[in-house]
Parts: sequence; structure tokens; C-alpha cells
Amino acid sequence: MAVDATQLPHTTATQVEDVGQIPQWQLMVRRFRKSKLSVGGMYVLIVMYAIMLFSDFLAPYEHNRLDSNYAWGPPSQVQIVDGKLSTFALKQTLDTERLQWLYVVDESNPLPIQFFVQGYEYRFLAIFPSKLHLFGVKDGFQINLLGADKDGKDVLSRLLKGSQISLTLGFVGVVISVIIGSIVGTASGYFGGAIDNMIQRVIELLRSFPDIPLFLSLAAALPQNAPVEVRFFLITIIIAVIGWTGLAREVRGKVMSYRNADYTAASVAAGGSHWHIITRHLIPNSLSHIIVVGTLAIPAAIGSETALSFLGLGILPPAVSWGVMVRDAQTIEAITTYPWMLLPVLVLIITVLSFYLLGDGIRDAVDPYA
Amino acid sequence: MLNYIARRLINMIVLLVAVSFIGFFIIQLPPGTILDVQLQKLRQMGGDVPRDQVKALELRYGVNDPFIVKYLKWVQRSAEGDFGTSYLTDQSVGERIWGRLSVSLGLSLFALIFTWLVSIPIGVYSATHRYTTPDYIVTFIQFIGLAVPGFLLALIILIFATRYFNQQVGGINSSEFMDQPMSLAKFMDMVNHLWIAVLVLAFGATAGLTRIMRANLLDVLNMQYIQTARAKGLDEAVVIWKHAVRNAIHPLVMSLGTLLPALVVGETLVAQVLSLPTIGPMYLDALRAEDMYLAGTILVMLSALLLIGNLLADLLLAWVDPRIRLE
Repeated sequence: MAVDATQLPHTTATQVEDVGQIPQWQLMVRRFRKSKLSVGGMYVLIVMYAIMLFSDFLAPYEHNRLDSNYAWGPPSQVQIVDGKLSTFALKQTLDTERLQWLYVVDESNPLPIQFFVQGYEYRFLAIFPSKLHLFGVKDGFQINLLGADKDGKDVLSRLLKGSQISLTLGFVGVVISVIIGSIVGTASGYFGGAIDNMIQRVIELLRSFPDIPLFLSLAAALPQNAPVEVRFFLITIIIAVIGWTGLAREVRGKVMSYRNADYTAASVAAGGSHWHIITRHLIPNSLSHIIVVGTLAIPAAIGSETALSFLGLGILPPAVSWGVMVRDAQTIEAITTYPWMLLPVLVLIITVLSFYLLGDGIRDAVDPYA
Repeated sequence: MLNYIARRLINMIVLLVAVSFIGFFIIQLPPGTILDVQLQKLRQMGGDVPRDQVKALELRYGVNDPFIVKYLKWVQRSAEGDFGTSYLTDQSVGERIWGRLSVSLGLSLFALIFTWLVSIPIGVYSATHRYTTPDYIVTFIQFIGLAVPGFLLALIILIFATRYFNQQVGGINSSEFMDQPMSLAKFMDMVNHLWIAVLVLAFGATAGLTRIMRANLLDVLNMQYIQTARAKGLDEAVVIWKHAVRNAIHPLVMSLGTLLPALVVGETLVAQVLSLPTIGPMYLDALRAEDMYLAGTILVMLSALLLIGNLLADLLLAWVDPRIRLE
């Protein structure tokens, strides 16, 4: 593509020199790197997903392990005692006036933190059975680095376990909706005519539903007793079913304009088949746009899962997602007295923000000539 | 023009019929009926329900009718202006919905006005002062607004309000005004309760619209007619507000159609947290209790709101921009 480099705004002279000579994707990477916030968002997400992969290994306890000795237990203090990283046992007393559990750190009873201990059994990456956990303390005591909830369940373990659902559900839902949206949008824009007309009517109908109520009624129709995997899958489908229409419309618009481009006409004249034209010319040109829309849809989908679980229509206990945890944090009393219950909120905000920043950076980068 | 509106209205009716059919189908999907929920409640309270009475109730509510019969009954009654009697409270569905819908609409309208009043000037400022410190601050707040879901924001404000200002939030009136007739004091009390809800509702939408406004204005400011206007020696304020903003405002007008219904239903969670008597929580309760007539009616009404909103937005757009021809 011939671009008069001297007319580009906001590019310094040193970078301009080779703009016409390097491949487009390198220009995109270069442009993306310029946006520090987006790069930051990308790194945050990489770290989060890496932690998610190792979440069972990092979690000291099973996410549903109850321990009434630690109900509303505060975050454990960690100190070095006798050259060993240790936490302390807690003494639990009941404040009869305010009906709260009070905890006193028993400094005389240090609990050395043990590393690479045996704990509950899990399957690493859903394949390899293992019992190995990064850290723990001796049996009979609990270490709650981020505190415990009303049943004494370890918040850190729940956050880690919850990430397995919260970080994947929205992502998978968006991937499915992007696939549906691209296929339908491409077909609609490329073939036009009756097919296009029919598809547009279906989209129009779907878009006549207010999306949150539709979302709620679909979620309410899910089987209550289904295992968590089935529920996960169905909620993903709901997200996809509601989300694909917007993308399909945008892809259709793009495809229609590329369809009238000279290179498409050339390909038709040279005897290119429909399949060839769609996969070689139309999809690659629309791809950047599709990726941008998809990336920006993920945080919304994550929010949807949280909202549903918060309302008790999404992921249901005993399974845990961040939305389920936020549900536990919805009373003022819980939050003012036990502020660590707000941690899932914080984690959620960071995740969603990172996705938005990443998507924003990608959007600017896919059009590196602008 | 009239022709166009007429065609849109007909199209709208067709869509609403389809929405009502599909919506009703989805709503009655969950197994069990409202009757089961009610009977369970009765039994929990200790009462036992004789078999004959169950039969009579089944007949009255028509719970054993096939789907299509239920649907037709509902449509027929709605067409006669009778939206049915809610299973839940034995109150007229129409009455209950209107009461709640008016609170929702009121809140959303205020939120909408707030959104526009804030996002246009800030978006313009941040576009005309690109890459300055205030622009960065605005951008940062925008991202926070996008990333923090409304109900979390409501929760956080709730905590601060209760903890530091000792203010009673949540609900629509303080307890002492609950059963009193409307008065100035009651109205002020209502304002006192609702400003948080309006703010929370508006925050996310404001963040989104400010971003759009900024991006569009930046595009328009690169146009040659802006250069021309400046070259003519026009006042910068005239250049910005008369020439640039007017051409950058399209997407905002277009978003109006979706924004109002989105605000009306988007408050579901916020209302849940702040315990506001709006339409969202009512819909949720109806779904939970499998009160399908109530839920179905709300769904269709919201859908109608969405479609009317879209039509109004299109008309408004044609009015703002004479180049747009409605065919």
C-alpha cells in the first residue's frame, strides 16, 4: 500500500522512514507498543491467566472447605520467626454484645509455613492428577492470607478457584458469538438478496428484545440441579446467542464494502470460487475489525456472568465464581466489618479494565496508517 | 415522512407479536408452575392444602393448559386492556407495572439528562485539549466508569454514605414518610434518596458517551471545513460548537434509542442493591416465582420501549442532520 509517509501525523521522523517497507503486522505491533496502558493491560491479563492455570496448585485449600474456627477470620499475619516464614494460630472468642467473632493472634504459637505440601486432590490442567500445593500450615490450623468468609472458607482459595470460571466463561462465550457473528455476517453481506434479507429480519427480531431481561429469563430457564460444567456451558451459549447480532451487522457492513472493491472483482474475473473469495479476501480484511469487537466484548461478557451470579441466576454455589463471591459481599455489614470480602470486586475491576485497555490499544493498532 | 413512520409502526407491531410469542415461550420454560411455588409457601407456613382446593386453583390459573392456549389467553386479555391478575399478589398486573415503570422511567430520564449534560462538554473539552493532563484524567475516569459495574458502584457509595455521612440510603423514602401523602418534605426526602441511584445509573453511560464524543470530535476537527472556518477568522468557540460538534453528535443521538431502555433495565442490579421499587427487581421476582403473565407483560413493554426509542432516535437524527433522508 502506497502511503505518503511525510503526511502521517504523530509519527517521528526516525520511524517514518521504513513505513512503506515493513509488513503491516509489524506496523501494528509497533503502534500497539506505543500505547503504554494497553501493553500494561496485556501483561496484567497474561499474569492473571497464568495464575488461573496454576490456581489449584496455588490454592492452599479446597474452595468449599468449611472451618467454623475461622468464621470471618482476618487475613493471616506473616512474619519471620526463628528464621522461618511463619503465621500464627488464632484464638477465637465471641463478642457477645455485638455478636461478632473476635480473633486474637496467639504469638506464642507460631505456625511455620510449609512449602510444596500435600493437600486436596485436583487435576492439573484438567489432566494430571496431583495433590501438590505451594504452601500450607500443619493440620488443624488454617492460613488465610486474604482472610476467610462467614463459614471460614479461605478467600484466597476461592478467588483462585473462581478465576477458573470467571476468566474463561466470558471469553468462551465471546469466542462462540464471534464465530457465529462472523459466519452469519459474511454470508449476509456476501450473498445479499433473499439470504441477506432473511438474516437481517432474524437479527432485527433478536435485537427487539431488551437484552438484560432476555438474559435473565434465559438464565432462569436453566436447569437448577445441573452440574456446574453443564451450567457453565449453557450460560456461555446464552452469552453467545445474545451477543452475536451486533458483530454480524458490523461484519456484514465491512464485507459488503470489500465485496465491491476492485480486488474482489479481479478475483471473480479470474474465476475465484465463493469460498476462495471469502476466505482469501473478505475474511482477512475484516479480521482485524472482528478481533477488536471481540476483545471489547469480553469484559462485557465477564460482567454479565458476574451480574447473573450476583442475582443468583448464574453460577450457583457450591461452585464458585467471582460473581458468587460478590454476592457474599453485598451486605453493608459484611463489607464494613470484613473489608477483605471486597477483594473479588477489586479483582473483577482490574480484569475488566485490562480487557478494555487491551481492546482499545488493538483498535488503534489495526489501523496503523491513521 | 408520515409514510415512513407508518411503515415503522407496522413493522414494530409485527416485531412485538414475535417478541411476545418467543418471550412467553422462554418465560414458561422452567419446570414447575407458579402454583407449586405458592403451594410450597403455604405448606411452609404450616397450612395444608386440600386436594380439591389444589384442583380448583389449577383450573382457575389454567396451569395445565398447553402452551399455546396459555399464550392465546394472555394475548386476548392483554388486547382487552386487562393484563391479567398477578399470581403473586392478586393485584392487577397493569396497575403494578405502571407504578414501577414510572419510577424506572423517571430515574432513567434524569440519568439520561445528567449523562448528556456531562458527557458533551467533557467530551468536547477532552478532544480540544488532547494529550493534556485534564484529558488524561478524563480518560482515566472514563475507563474506571466502563470497568466498574453499576451495582458495585452502588455498593461502594452505599458503604460510604452509611459509614461516613450517616445517611440512610436505599429505598425511595425514609420510613417516616412511607405512608404519607405527597408533600414538599416527602419530595425532598425522595430526592435525597434517589440522587445516588441517578448518579450510579448515569456514571457508566456517561463514561461511554464521553469517549464517543471525544473520538468523533477528534475526527471532525481534522476535516477541511474546520480549517476553512478557522481561516475565515471565526471565533474558536463558534468553530467548535457550531461547525464541529454539530457534525460529531450523530452517534450520541443514535445511542439515544438504545440508551433509554438500557437505563430502564440496566438498573435491575442497582435497584437490587439500593432496594428501589423499579421495574427490574419486579421482573426478576416474577421470573423467580414463575409468574409468567407478569414477567411476559413486562418483557413486551420493555421491548416496545426499545422499539419506540429506536424510532424516536431515527426521527431525531433526521431532524438534527437534514442530509439524512428517511425513506
